[in-house]
Amino acid sequence: MDGTFYTLQEFMTHTEGVTYVLIVAILLGMLGFWIFLVERDENE
Amino acid sequence: MGAAAGLSTAYGSSVHAAANKYFKGYPDSLGILFDSMLCIGCRKCEAGCNKVNGLPPPDQPFDDLTVLNKKRRTDTRTFTVVNRYDPPQGIPPPLFRKIQCNHCLEPACASACFVKAFTKTKQGSVVYDASVCVGCRYCMIACPFEIPTYEYDKALTPRIRKCTMCHPRVVEGKLPGCVEICPNEALSFGKRKDLIKIARERIRKYPDRYVDHIYGEHEMGGTSWLYLSGVPFNALGMREDLGVTPAPELTAGALSVVPMVAGLWPVLLTGLYAVSKRKEKIAKLEQQQAVASTLEKANSEAEAKLSKALANAQKEKDAAIKREIKKALEEAKQTQETEDS
Amino acid sequence: MSEKAAETGKSFFTPFNVVAGIIIIIGLIITVLRFTGGLASVTNLSDVNPWGIWIGFDLLVGVALAAGGFVTSAAVYLFGMKKYHSAVRPAILTGFLGYALVVLALHYDVGRPWRLPYPFLVQQGTTSVLFEVAGCVALYLTVLFIEFSPAALEWLGLRKARRMVVKLTLLLTIFGVVLSTLHQSSLGALFLIAPSKLHPLWYSTYLPVYFFITSIIAGLSMVIFESTLSYRYLSHKMDEAHLKEKNDVTLGFGKAASYVLAGYFAIKVVGISTGNHWHLLGTSYGLWFLLELFGFVALPCFLYAVGVRDKNLKLIKWTAVLAILGIILNRFNVCLIAFNWHLPSSERYFPHWMEIGISIFIVTLGVIFFKFIVTRMPILYQHPEYSDSH
Repeated sequence: MDGTFYTLQEFMTHTEGVTYVLIVAILLGMLGFWIFLVERDENE
Repeated sequence: MGAAAGLSTAYGSSVHAAANKYFKGYPDSLGILFDSMLCIGCRKCEAGCNKVNGLPPPDQPFDDLTVLNKKRRTDTRTFTVVNRYDPPQGIPPPLFRKIQCNHCLEPACASACFVKAFTKTKQGSVVYDASVCVGCRYCMIACPFEIPTYEYDKALTPRIRKCTMCHPRVVEGKLPGCVEICPNEALSFGKRKDLIKIARERIRKYPDRYVDHIYGEHEMGGTSWLYLSGVPFNALGMREDLGVTPAPELTAGALSVVPMVAGLWPVLLTGLYAVSKRKEKIAKLEQQQAVASTLEKANSEAEAKLSKALANAQKEKDAAIKREIKKALEEAKQTQETEDS
Repeated sequence: MSEKAAETGKSFFTPFNVVAGIIIIIGLIITVLRFTGGLASVTNLSDVNPWGIWIGFDLLVGVALAAGGFVTSAAVYLFGMKKYHSAVRPAILTGFLGYALVVLALHYDVGRPWRLPYPFLVQQGTTSVLFEVAGCVALYLTVLFIEFSPAALEWLGLRKARRMVVKLTLLLTIFGVVLSTLHQSSLGALFLIAPSKLHPLWYSTYLPVYFFITSIIAGLSMVIFESTLSYRYLSHKMDEAHLKEKNDVTLGFGKAASYVLAGYFAIKVVGISTGNHWHLLGTSYGLWFLLELFGFVALPCFLYAVGVRDKNLKLIKWTAVLAILGIILNRFNVCLIAFNWHLPSSERYFPHWMEIGISIFIVTLGVIFFKFIVTRMPILYQHPEYSDSH
């Protein structure tokens, strides 16, 4: 990781920002994955 | 990986994904040391601050020392106030404390602000950006020192107001307005780490004069404004129960749960749904089976009844036919007998 | 049609309309004052009390009491409890209106409401719990709107749109529970940043858990309360399924609320223990805490239990009121009463009558919209053309 963090505040601003992006990706990903898991059942 | 971590610790600058984070702040961060044993309560610092920041004129002039009869706090026209404290006993002269933003190393206001309106600069000052502020006032809830004030009387352009450590001046190499004007050198300006050394030295040299504590060294994770006192700090109206935990750490735990819920709740809830759907399916299946077997049973019972009834009917028919034949035979026999005689 | 003509003809000035009308007019006047004279002209907020009842009641209580939406939809669609199905639409409507009004109330409280989108569009204060609250509330309001929309679409006769939206039910329900867990708990987490200002009996690292669990209690109780009021004033709008199921809803939700209250009581005691605050219970704030814990947590827990065991619907309905008052008390305690407890009484906050006026105005708007929607859209009854609605 580049960028030097001198304060906890700076560090957390960065990490929480990444985390929020991850959360959106996770939610969309879980949805997609669930559809992938069950689409064969529905097509029967 | 270990070598890299070791190297970075040795140079003490970058932070990689270490579990135990320890942030020392900007290395040459500036600060102010306030020595309450040197403050004479002249209020010139308030005047200097007012002038340098272009603040509106006060209700009472700065040389009016009767103002000190009441305890004051910062307000929308006043970034700093001096209060007078009459000590418990021992020291005859009243003591004074200058109140202003402490420019914390890990500011609670910056942690709380949801539009990042507060920034801890590398000079050490915590500055406020009114151009993004929504006016939620969570920073005022967060600040343990009760410093930010709000322009409640402005309908469309209310701002948070607080001491800026004269950031624009400091960037130019000048002194903050209050420090420059103080006649008694109660305020010293310099690198925070140097001021701590100076404060420790002062305490070491005059152990009977000073309480052996630099307020702001560790409080709330450390502040840029440091204080020395000859009496316990709470006698100067300063809270001694704030602890040393920096504000961002206070909410970091709650924030860390957010991605866990976001990642795992969908799994758990979908599982719950799947389980209840399956139970429903099984219940339906069992019901269907129960209905089917009852139907079958009823059918076979009906069939058995039917065949029994049919058999009975056949039996009766046979018996009736036999009776008729018997009757006919007997009638024929009788007719024969009558003809013979 | 002719019924409407008769209505406008004579009975516009019903008691409800007159009272509501007065409240609306006063509310509009205060609104003008707020935006011409600033918060100072209509509130008793100060530098030491930056949050008043617009946060303590409109936001904190409002969000808690609107929790019936996620609780009911989870019960029916995730736990598969089909017998509560008739309670879903009213709960979703209450939730949607509740959150919409919370957002309206925020427009009064924040200094520059037109900047409310700034945290998402301009600069992200990602370290702030309030950032997460704002994001989740905005998203959840959207979810609630979509969950509510089938009723409106049925009313408008938009069959295809309605069919598409109904397909999303499971997804929206799960997303709704995720978002609700996050923001209900985060409203409690807001106060974690001010340990020096909140009385130790209420300040706890468990604040987020407490707020989340009490939101469930609030949701369950509000569904019972709203069902009681709807039956009292709008029973002519209820179809057979509703009328048949409502007692089951009262019993079932009362049972759930009792059990959750018991769990909440337990974890509150754990909180005292974790902080070793036993000795504080004897102080005046301690007694106030015990009042909240025993009068408004333990007591409704017990009364709900008795009501459920004896199938005493009336007791359950009144207990719902008690439980709701308990939630209001708890939010007031955390935000207004136990907050700044250490300050002298001259510096304590009490709302300005105009603050109370706006809060009442906002609640009245909610009642008006609820009545408007329920009397026109299939909330308390199933639209005859859409009887396939699961």
